[in-house]
Order: sequence, then structure tokens, then C-alpha cells
Amino acid sequence: MIMKTPSQIKIVVGLGSCGIAAGAAKTYERLEEIQKIGLYDFDLEKTSCIGMCYKEPLVEVNDGKNWTIYGDITADKADDLLSALFTGKSAHTIEAIASKDKAGTEEAFLQGQVRIALRNCGHINPESLDEAEAHGAYAAIRKIAANNLTSEVVIQTIIDSGLRGRGGGGFPTGLKWLFAAQSDETEKYIICNADEGDPGAFMDRSLLEGDPHSVLEGMLIGGYAIGASSGIIYCRAEYPLAIKRLKIAIGQAKAKGYLGQNVFGLQGFDFDISIKEGAGAFVCGEETALIASIEGRRGMPRKRPPFPAVSGLWQKPTNINNVETWANVPWIVSNGAAAYAAYGTEKSKGTKVFALTGKVNHGGLIEVPMGVSIRDIVFKMGGGIQNGHQFKAVQLGGPSGGCIPAHLADTPVDYDSLMATGAIMGSGGMVVMDETTCMIDLAKFFLRFTQDESCGKCTFCRVGTKRMLEILERITDGKGVPEDIDKLEKLALQIKENSLCGLGQTAPNPVLTTLKYFRQEYEDHIYHKKCTAKACKPLLRYRILASECTGCTICAVKCPVDAISGERKHPHVINQVICTHCGECYSICRYGAVVVE
Amino acid sequence: MRIQRNGGTQPHPQTEKPDLQALRLAVSDKKNREGGLIPLLQLVQNEYGYLPEEAFGIISEATGLPIADIYGVATFYAQFRLQPVGKNIIRVCHGTACHVQNANALSEALHEELAIEDGQTSADGLFTLEHVACLGCCSLAPVMMVGENTHSKLSAKSALKIIREIKNQASQDQTNA
Repeated sequence: MIMKTPSQIKIVVGLGSCGIAAGAAKTYERLEEIQKIGLYDFDLEKTSCIGMCYKEPLVEVNDGKNWTIYGDITADKADDLLSALFTGKSAHTIEAIASKDKAGTEEAFLQGQVRIALRNCGHINPESLDEAEAHGAYAAIRKIAANNLTSEVVIQTIIDSGLRGRGGGGFPTGLKWLFAAQSDETEKYIICNADEGDPGAFMDRSLLEGDPHSVLEGMLIGGYAIGASSGIIYCRAEYPLAIKRLKIAIGQAKAKGYLGQNVFGLQGFDFDISIKEGAGAFVCGEETALIASIEGRRGMPRKRPPFPAVSGLWQKPTNINNVETWANVPWIVSNGAAAYAAYGTEKSKGTKVFALTGKVNHGGLIEVPMGVSIRDIVFKMGGGIQNGHQFKAVQLGGPSGGCIPAHLADTPVDYDSLMATGAIMGSGGMVVMDETTCMIDLAKFFLRFTQDESCGKCTFCRVGTKRMLEILERITDGKGVPEDIDKLEKLALQIKENSLCGLGQTAPNPVLTTLKYFRQEYEDHIYHKKCTAKACKPLLRYRILASECTGCTICAVKCPVDAISGERKHPHVINQVICTHCGECYSICRYGAVVVE
Repeated sequence: MRIQRNGGTQPHPQTEKPDLQALRLAVSDKKNREGGLIPLLQLVQNEYGYLPEEAFGIISEATGLPIADIYGVATFYAQFRLQPVGKNIIRVCHGTACHVQNANALSEALHEELAIEDGQTSADGLFTLEHVACLGCCSLAPVMMVGENTHSKLSAKSALKIIREIKNQASQDQTNA
């Protein structure tokens, strides 16, 4: 169904990093060309991540009353889209995936979501301050100025809202502010942690690319509340688009006087924001390591106390919050603590943004109220598992988190319920896995990551993770011994207890949770030398089914170690002694005669 | 997966000494020095594509920091390279989402095609191969970046096709020249 629209329409292209990777920039260029020719009359605008990453490039068509989102609009389909819109005819089918007035199959992706942190993402041009303000940016700080709200009132509002740190720690944000505010020092700092290092997470990137002003305003409010005059955004250098849009936003805010001296007429409140580009170290997500990195040193954590609220950057009181936390702040101040606390569960208020990825049909960026079940996220918003496979587990919290198995899919998403399973809320990476994912391989993947990223300060983290990794490598190579499981558990406990920072304390989590819920898989690998997910190559056995083999010889020709023999037009056999389990014959056979066991 | 850059001592195709004039100019600017060591190193790497050995002495003189400290910082962060790079940097994403969508197959195919390991540069100086932790395009997994371009939903085959196209283009340019 294509709507006919003779009236002035607005076409908005989603230009976030993923959109651009899928070809959205070329779509935009093509639409611009057509617009220049003057064949059709329409307004063309940019926005950032609309959220439905699985259908990128996304284009929204808005006629002032209704909006419709079209998916998979690559540059070659731009012409089709326009002719469909204006003439009702097009060479190819154009797929409308969501709209205001029609229920589509993908509508479910948006249903159940509550967009607070992402309120403007995908709706505004992130490079336009006017558009941001039309959508409520800087209304919260104006409210503070107009009503002469004191810093105590602002902090109490944040405490009452129940907002907890969205970077994964879950510490109450208002309390953190209170500690920093209590210091008598005149020089204090506000830091925005945008060093989103978890593999499989892109919430902060999307937020910064989509609505940078919400983060700036959050920091302004935080600065006012604790009495800081300087804000720093520590952003990954791997996010060039986020950095570019932040720079534009800071420039705009400065030009309008939203940053600088006596901002918004608040006498004596001066605030400025600068950007520091991280140089690539996962451990810099930890507060004290991040501070060391801004100071120009190796990003190694130090002992706490003193906490950064007492002695942080340049030994001054410092308050660090994550991007998503900052983006929530203006909404809470504008709408009141009660409105925010109305969402969520008793101990986890508000909403949480997740990057839903992996073997799920509809991967993308979602924001849900706390307390929603994992099942709803995976099957309703995520549209179930790809290719009709079985749902096996979700991984939450990246390398610090754990796996939640399918039988616990009704676990509500809140800090405490997730903690009880052994996983953590984390920063919001949610990777869905099916039966083709080997849980030991996954644990090995995360451990290799933390082992690489360990800064090396604590012996247990530096050496312990390496030893654990060696054991996991042994198991997936088919050389595991019965004592390995005990050794893993013992090491995991020691590393947790004897590491200084969160990286080491949580590094064993992926192993511990997979051991807890998928012990059978470990035992299969060790005792039966079998990988049920068929992912660990050394444990696989390739065999040719005589009944299916046509004797085409292609596998024998392709085998790199000449392990396959047989006469033309007669069934072939694999010599298991020579076979290196490379899988070449399996992928090349056109008759399905090669099977994996 | 952290990029293994610093241990690699394989002979590099580009053996020319870099022109250090730009570097001396950059560190002579007080503003650059006040930004701290990391931004200064980032500046040098933007200029040269890597941190030339000589840079450490020059930065040390300008900032008063011991070379050991500067080297400590340069080797701590994954962003900094101590070896020159090829014309095109291939970044294969090994984030969780890419891992479960078999990013290993891409890397293995590229190792074989270019006859190099991670962090190394191909003999023709065209490609440097790197593994990165996450490019943040998880819904399009598996992903790789070649230079500034991100390619999504790849297989070993489609990844090789992209590389071969660049190779062909380069050899065509050479014949034309």
C-alpha cells in the first residue's frame, strides 16, 4: 500500500552510522539529485538512527498528518519510492514497515517501547539546534532558571526519580551527585562517559549521533546541581560521526549562549563542555582509569576510596555518568520525578535502551520500560529467531555480563532480577543466540577480549584470565580434561575476589554463567569430545553419505590435505586421520552428501 | 580482540624515512602541548598514519616527559601504531554480534588472500589488516571497514570480492600511470 500525496511531503533519511554503512548516504544523495532536477516537489531532511536497523536504509515520509517508514531503500530504490509516492506506480515493490495509522507486521517492533532517552532520536535533524529546541531541548534548564530551582531541589528530583547509572553499574545517580555537591572545593568536573567499549553495544553511539543536545543539556543540569563549571565528554575515537555531531552541537550551544557564562540567566553559573577522544582501551570505561586517560596517562584504575566525587580529575571532585544517564536527566527535570518513576519496577525505575542484535529477526535499537520480560523483547520486538531456529540464550552486559538461558526467558529486565541470574544489566548490549552458538566458544570469545584488555595492574586479572583462556582453548580443541571445570571455577572466584576494578571483578562472569546453565555442553566437550552446536571445528567429524554422493570429485579436488579419495562416479570417503576439519568439502558439496557430526 | 601491533617486527614495504618537519612544527605550538600527551600523539598519528620512532624523542624534548612514559602510553592504547600502514586499512569487526555471525570466516579468508596476519601490511603495501573489537553496526553483522567505507552483511566470498576490486583498480592505475 502506497499513499498518494499531492500535498507537500517531507522525506527524512536515517543517517546514523549503521544507516550509512547500509548505503543511506547514497540514498540521500540520489534523492537530492532528483530534487534538484525538480521532477517531484518535496522537502528532504536528515535524521539519525530510527532504530529499525534490520531494515536499513530507512526513509520516513511525512505529509504533516501521517508518517510512514519505508525499509531497504537503497539508492537504486529512491526513484521507485518517489514514483510510488507521487504516481502510485513503481517498478519494484516498496515496503512500508511502520506507519502512524496502519498496523504493519513490523509495528510490533515499536509497540511496547517507551522512548525517554531516545525521545528525539530519529525524529530530528541532529545537526539542527532549532529542531532540537522545537522538540523540547533546553526546556529543562529553562525551567530550572525560570523557577529558581536550587541545586538541592534538582538533586532531590533525580534521587526521587530513582534513576540509576545506565552504564551498567546501576548506582543511584542522584546520590552520586549529592556526594560531589557536598564538597566545598570551588573547582569541580562533570564527565560524560562515552567510551562505549562493550562489543555488541551501540546505544550511546546512536544517542550521540541522534540527539547530542540532550546529553549536553543533561551535563549542564548536572553541572548546575553539583557546582561544576567544566564538562568533558570522553568519547571513543572509533565513533567519528558521534564526535562530529557533538562538535557541531557544542558550537551551536556556545553561539547561542547556552554554554559560557551565567547560562540561561543563572547568575554565577558558568559552564563549558569539551571533547576528549579516547584512544582505544576498554578499561577506560572504569571511572578512575578514564580519569587517568584524560590526564594523559596509561588508563589504569586506582584504588577507591577516595572516590572521584571527592578526588577525581586533577584531584578535584568529579562526577561521571554515562551518555544514556545524561540523556534521561532533562526529561526527568521537565516532566517531574514521579512521571519517570511511574515506569519500571520497585527498585529499577524508568526505561533502558538496548542494542538488540545477534540471531534475532528484527535487530535494532530499542528502549523499554524496566520490568519487561526477555521473552517479550526477543519474540515481540525482536520478531523471533532468524531462519526458524531455536532460541537458546541471550547475552547481556558484554564481557562483564552473562548468559540467560531460554528457560529463564520470563525474567523481567531490571537490575536485581538480572543480577539474580548471574548476568548483569550492563550498558545495554543484548545478543540473542540460537542452537548454532557454542556456549564455550562464546565464553572463550569474551575471555579473550578481557584478557587482551586487562591493563595488567592486578596479577589475578592479568595472569588469571590468561590461564582461564588457555583452559577454554584446550576444551574447544578437544583436549579438555575432567579437572578443567573445577579449575575454571576456582580461578574465576579468585579473579573476582582479587581484582581492583570492575573489569577483573566481572571478567569470569561469561564463564560462570555458561557453567551454571550449560554445564552439559562443557561436559560434552570434555568427556565426549563433542560440540553440539557444531561450532568447534576440531571436534567435528565430517563424513560422506554414500547414498547421496554422486562421485563428482569436487570435494577431493578442493580438500587441502588430500584426505578424500574415491573413483569418479562412485561414492567418496574421508580419511579421518588426515582430515583437518576445515569444512571445505562440507561447504562445496552441492548434493548435501557431506554431513557434520 | 585487541590489535597486535607492537610485537610485529615483520619487514615493512615502506622503508622511507618520514619527513619530520611537520611534527616539529606541531609540537612547537604551545596549544598542542597543553592538550596533553594523548591528543598530541593522536595529532602525530593523523599526520603520518603511525608514530615514527623519531617522534618520541621530539615529543620528549618538547614536553619534558621521559621517552619511557610516552612509549608506555603509546603502547597502552589500541589506537596507536608503531609501524607504517598500507594504503587501505581493513578493519574486520569482531564484536559479539559479528562473532556469532561468523566474522572468523572473513578474517581467515583475508589472511589467506593477503598472506598476512593481523596487524601486518601486505607485501604490495596496499592493505593493512586489523581486527577491531566493535564498530557498533551490530545489526548489520558481520561488518568490515575498508578505509572510510563500511561493508555490511558480508560472507568470506563477498569480503574477498571487495578486496580484489581494490587490487584490480590499483593495478589498473599503475598500468595507466
